[in-house]
Amino acid sequence: MTKELKTPTLIYTANTFCPGCGHGIISKLLALVLEELGIENKSTGAVAVGCACLLPESFGCDWIQAQHGRAPAVAAGIKRVRPNNFVFTYQGDGDAGAIGIAESIYAAKRNEGITTIFVNNGVFGMTGGQCAPTTLEGQKTTTTQAGCDYRYNGKPLELAELLASFDVGYVARGSVCNFKELWKTKEYIKEAVQCQLEGRGYSFVEVLAPCPTNWKMTPVESMKRIEDIGMKYFRCGVLKGGAE
Amino acid sequence: MAKVLMKGNHALAEAAVRAGCRFFSGYPITPQSEILEYMSWRLPEVNGVFVQTESELAGISMLYGAASCGFRTMTSSSGPGFSLLQEGISYLCSTEIPTVIADIMRYGNGLGDIKPAQSDYLQITKNGGHGDYRCISLAPSTIQEAVDLMSKAYELAEKHRNPVIIATDGALGQIVESVEFPDPLQHDPDQFEWSLKNIREGKHKIVTSKIYYDYIGKDYDNHIRERYDAMKKEELWEEYFAEDAEVILVSYGIVSRCCKEAVLTARENGWKIGLIRPITLWPFPVKAFRKITPKAFIAVEKCALPQMAEDVAMAARGIAPVYSMTTGSFIPSGEEIVSFAQRVMDGKEAEL
Repeated sequence: MTKELKTPTLIYTANTFCPGCGHGIISKLLALVLEELGIENKSTGAVAVGCACLLPESFGCDWIQAQHGRAPAVAAGIKRVRPNNFVFTYQGDGDAGAIGIAESIYAAKRNEGITTIFVNNGVFGMTGGQCAPTTLEGQKTTTTQAGCDYRYNGKPLELAELLASFDVGYVARGSVCNFKELWKTKEYIKEAVQCQLEGRGYSFVEVLAPCPTNWKMTPVESMKRIEDIGMKYFRCGVLKGGAE
Repeated sequence: MAKVLMKGNHALAEAAVRAGCRFFSGYPITPQSEILEYMSWRLPEVNGVFVQTESELAGISMLYGAASCGFRTMTSSSGPGFSLLQEGISYLCSTEIPTVIADIMRYGNGLGDIKPAQSDYLQITKNGGHGDYRCISLAPSTIQEAVDLMSKAYELAEKHRNPVIIATDGALGQIVESVEFPDPLQHDPDQFEWSLKNIREGKHKIVTSKIYYDYIGKDYDNHIRERYDAMKKEELWEEYFAEDAEVILVSYGIVSRCCKEAVLTARENGWKIGLIRPITLWPFPVKAFRKITPKAFIAVEKCALPQMAEDVAMAARGIAPVYSMTTGSFIPSGEEIVSFAQRVMDGKEAEL
């Protein structure tokens, strides 16, 4: 079986992410899904602070720049007055898992009719590679220069598991480390979008993504690190509300 | 509509609904919680949206989303909660999204106390969050005036594409007065070119600061200056026996009512005191000071440190010396204000 690779029209110009960055891949999957479902003209994104905020420079749906961590609340405000739109947040791990964890939890607690794409690359990318809520044991970052120590930093936040404990529509975690996982992740995103379109409540897809720049690795090494280390800690699959 | 007796906070909420507000998100805090409570049942009656959020941070963020869609929106808070709104207010100013925010001021720093105060003046008028911005701030002195100012607040917010703050206090929020409401207005959220719509219109929109896109390579700095210069023309004030006065009191909100009593008390005894009552705290009504020549100005406000007094000093430059009467925890009587004015004239009070 062959898969046809095409550039979605929502991607209106080349992105400005670093070479090998996961954002370019994940946003393309999202664009493909929105176009397959025919909702590219009625999609509104609340974009996080961090590398995510570069996305509107290449991705042509309507956007609002949320405050750091507040994207789920901003998106919920839009969804409640424009219930027929597809409304989503696009957030990194610092945004959704650290400064905005209250807003993340309450989007799930209220089962808001929005969708979150959560990009987990284990670092604060935009600010230069500091320790994130998702940084793994031994990982060197600019604020854990001897390697992340769980005794001081605690274990990585499993946001997908946390949100799946609420009465929400759909939760999954995928990865983009190889083509098999990539296409699975696209299906997770599609199911999350459909969950919202069918009015089944909050949907959330976490995606394990590479940050070669701040991991100080090549893009290929970064993908291998996700496969060998990241996916051992963060279990991929559907955690809640899979296809019936 | 006939007059009804109503609590200040309830009346403010009803006035917002009648001005077309269809979205409220906020968090409880005394002495503003009645606004939240009223909106919780009133907005669903008019197909509006009410959400009690997990924090003021989330409340103003949710409002930011709804307001970006062109809807008339509102939140309210007080004291520590008003501090938490500042992040969102800075974003609303940077993205040029109109809304109305009520601060029902309470007294004290930190947790402070629930008694009425005017001690958020500097935070309200001098951009309480980060960056360069101001919010037009309306300070009613009666419940009727609060109601009458509400549709004006939305008009100013939309004219200038900027949040407007209604600055009242725990006294105006809690007292009951007779009030007459205007007829309800219809607001069309889709009338604005800038708002997020149901369907993307041609090129996609990005609700964000102009610093990133529209003004790349253009004059962002002057854009900001021009926005706020335009807002500065919206000065509103009331003059009360000001023209011939030897001493001018400057006071707003609930305390201005005490000052009116002081003016009448003094004049009954043949002493010409007058009052300038700012209705817009920002822009501060400097024009009100240009045609009068008293011997002294006295800023009377309910806080511990001089706050509005600083603006009075700026407005009174070259006209007359300025004195500050700060009444802290207490609402002053007219007689106490007259006594302070007498001490000023006797040279017993220090200039600000």
